[in-house]
Amino acid sequence: MSEARPFRWREPSILPGFGLAFGVLAAGLSVLILIPLAALVLKAASAGPADIVAIATAPRTIAALRLSFGAAFVAALVNAVFGLLIAWVLVRYRFPGRRFVDAAVDLPFALPTAVAGIALTALWAGNGWLGSLAASFGVKVAYTPLGVMIALIFVGLPFVVRSVQPVLADAQRDVEEASALLGATRWRTVFCVILPNVLPALLTGFTLAFARAIGEYGSVIFIAGNVPMVSEIAPLLIVIRLEQFDYAGAAVVGVLMLAASLVLLLLINALQAWSRRRLGYV
Amino acid sequence: MSSASSLGATSRRAAARTPSALRESSLVSGTLIVLALGFLLLFLFLPLIAVFVEAFRRGFAAYFEAITEPDALAAMRLTLLIAAIAVPLNVVLGVAGAWAVARFEFRGKSVLVSLIDLPFSVSPVIAGLVYVLLFGAQGYFGPWLRANGVEIIFAVPGIVLATMFVTFPFVARELIPHMETLGSTDEEAALTLGASPWRTFFMVTLPNVKWSLLYGVLLCNARAMGEFGAVAVVSGRIRGVTTTMPLHVEILYNEYMGAAAFAVASLLALLALVTLAAKALLEWRYAEEIAATRHTS
Amino acid sequence: MPVSLSIENLDKRFNGVPALRGVSLDVAPAELVALLGPSGSGKTTLLRAIAGLEEPEAGRVLFDGVDSGTLSLRDRRIGFVFQHYALFRHLTVFENIAFGLRARPRAQRPAEAEIRSRVLALLELVQLEGYDRRFPSQLSGGQRQRVALARALAIEPRVLLLDEPFGALDAKVRKDLRRWLRELHARTGNTTLFVTHDQEEALELADRVAILNGGRIEQVGTPDDVLDHPATPFVCEFLGEANRIPVTVSGGSAYFADRPILRGLTQNQSGCASLFVRPQHVHLAEDGPATLPGRVAAVRRHGAHRRLEVAVNGAPKPVELDIASQEPPAPGETVALRIARGHVFSV
Repeated sequence: MSEARPFRWREPSILPGFGLAFGVLAAGLSVLILIPLAALVLKAASAGPADIVAIATAPRTIAALRLSFGAAFVAALVNAVFGLLIAWVLVRYRFPGRRFVDAAVDLPFALPTAVAGIALTALWAGNGWLGSLAASFGVKVAYTPLGVMIALIFVGLPFVVRSVQPVLADAQRDVEEASALLGATRWRTVFCVILPNVLPALLTGFTLAFARAIGEYGSVIFIAGNVPMVSEIAPLLIVIRLEQFDYAGAAVVGVLMLAASLVLLLLINALQAWSRRRLGYV
Repeated sequence: MSSASSLGATSRRAAARTPSALRESSLVSGTLIVLALGFLLLFLFLPLIAVFVEAFRRGFAAYFEAITEPDALAAMRLTLLIAAIAVPLNVVLGVAGAWAVARFEFRGKSVLVSLIDLPFSVSPVIAGLVYVLLFGAQGYFGPWLRANGVEIIFAVPGIVLATMFVTFPFVARELIPHMETLGSTDEEAALTLGASPWRTFFMVTLPNVKWSLLYGVLLCNARAMGEFGAVAVVSGRIRGVTTTMPLHVEILYNEYMGAAAFAVASLLALLALVTLAAKALLEWRYAEEIAATRHTS
Repeated sequence: MPVSLSIENLDKRFNGVPALRGVSLDVAPAELVALLGPSGSGKTTLLRAIAGLEEPEAGRVLFDGVDSGTLSLRDRRIGFVFQHYALFRHLTVFENIAFGLRARPRAQRPAEAEIRSRVLALLELVQLEGYDRRFPSQLSGGQRQRVALARALAIEPRVLLLDEPFGALDAKVRKDLRRWLRELHARTGNTTLFVTHDQEEALELADRVAILNGGRIEQVGTPDDVLDHPATPFVCEFLGEANRIPVTVSGGSAYFADRPILRGLTQNQSGCASLFVRPQHVHLAEDGPATLPGRVAAVRRHGAHRRLEVAVNGAPKPVELDIASQEPPAPGETVALRIARGHVFSV
């Protein structure tokens, strides 16, 4: 029988500086993140149950949330497909300019969102290079929900590529060889052996892209057109409520979005825990 | 058996054998490469090219004028100032966080790590909103602040706070995994050799993680200079006073001064390109370093 | 039916560096052959070339006399067990073993019930009944090894190839699995090649051992053959310790400084040569005309025995020998050595 260990908040260590480091971190987290987020929740709660329900179920709120989540979901799906394809091409094939393309995939991380926003608008507006092309097929992109999707595809792309790439690169060659020697065709090897191993990373990338796209603001507002009930995203609705000094209204929409982000965050963690348990890796 | 027939067999196998089962045919791989590059051209490269084409639409003189007019210069100064305050503060917080998380075992560590990552999954607009709710005119501390003559919202402190919120995770996120891989044996060795804690940190820990730290700083800085949503909410857009470069771009664009907007935007795009190039260079360098640490262990 | 395997003059280079140089080997049906050699000797490359995973620059691999060069990997029907098993992590043990059966073209694919009974029979064969729903991450190293073997056997391979089958296992499990593999081979009768760098493993398991060095086969033979009649100095030194003594050969005797230290050589040669003698074949003796004189340089424990290092005038390195005596000669003492057996290779 082992004795119950006395409760210990921290494992002993000879390394110094825990108190200082933890203190600095805790202070920073509190001032920058915890207290402000608490204020957000408090403000939303101060509106009272009836008002909260009224704000949350107002048609304009619902339309904005539906657009933010819907467009983000579609954009994340597109990114999952093309992100996987790009990761595959970058890891598996050799072609001139591969390193350059690999580095360029991070552009949406580095390019300020406002810059991306006006550039995408210039491209997809009716007189833009791509917008005029789309117009000749009778499709209007800029200032429609389609434009919102385009912007969200831009911001979410690197998440999928960067999640999938290391898993594809780490994949053991011998597993593919085993599959081929057991008589599998290349298609079967790719779809039954390689892709199932990539699936957890793909789902993680999808969720990250989705979460990022829900909250995206800068790259969307220029191309969206911002027509209430049609192409108005939820973050913009928050800004509008703020400009009308409707703090409670802004806070309620903010809390709704925050809750959605947290659920997605938990989902990613659960996914990775499952993947670690089942496959022995993330 | 004659050598001619075995030669024939060799060339036949080169054409027909293993590739089909171990890799894709060149037709398939070529198609996939074209599809991937086409997608990237459409969604990545064309927008980037468009920034520079639009910036020079009215010629070089107009471009030069747009980036040297007083409001633009004020925006650049403000953006540099914000980054100069927010990035060092976040480096201190990130290094402290990494030291606590990667060097000690304590209860609630996973919660702490999730909190560090939290700003990544919060909309930038919310990052601005929370400070308005705290420090705005009708915020929780608003009346007290006004009574004491302290301005936070619609002023530089608010912009710094909002920028710090969105860039908080970058440094810690790069440092924690690297420091965890390195382990604490180097620090323990330094301490047993009699080095003081600070000396250990500056002579042992910091040199070990300098590249990942630089990497984190680079990303943190790019985001700090380019942040739009969070800053837009707290800035109030007072021209020449609280407009950062991204906000200046927005103002020009909304005033139908497209070429000027793209001219300022092109500077931000250049910053992004420099960041990407430095990042690629570091990844290169970093990979060798990681490989070196693996060899010695 | 077990098939025979012929390898003819295989050449393989990696980036211009030769990995196989004119390797030829014949393996009889149902034979168990070990490919033994130091790392970098080309043994794994040879195994992969037989499987069709590497494309040789020249040479052929024949199964029952038929050139396999034009066959697809599927049609080769090779059972290959990878060093790190290469199990499919996202599939259960059952699905791993069934993979090869399910991958067959529809016309040749067995019915689901047939697949099930064959997988369960294989699980019984590798003594993993009841493990069918586990995932590879839930198995020990030895169990994974056996799943990999069952998976390879499921396609009824014509030849079974194992790459360092026990390389990743700890010593105890290795010994158990070794015996078990020998029994399994006796039951299934597959023509089998396995790669190893562990000579004990090769000599204990295999019907014949092929010793590789620098991309060439140095010798192929039964364990007794290669141990008792090494064909090259490399084989002699690779399979255990050996003293190397410079000698002159003439008239069937090896002379060291005019002393005929080993007589009755069957090798038909004369002139300068190296005499390779294992420590257990050197004995202490009364001084005489056919002994090696020397001085004890060091005495050490060597397992149950004692190891003597004897400095011999004119030999570049001390001669090592094992003695069972509890009272060994002291360092500095002068002794005479008699050589019971040795192998002479011309310089």
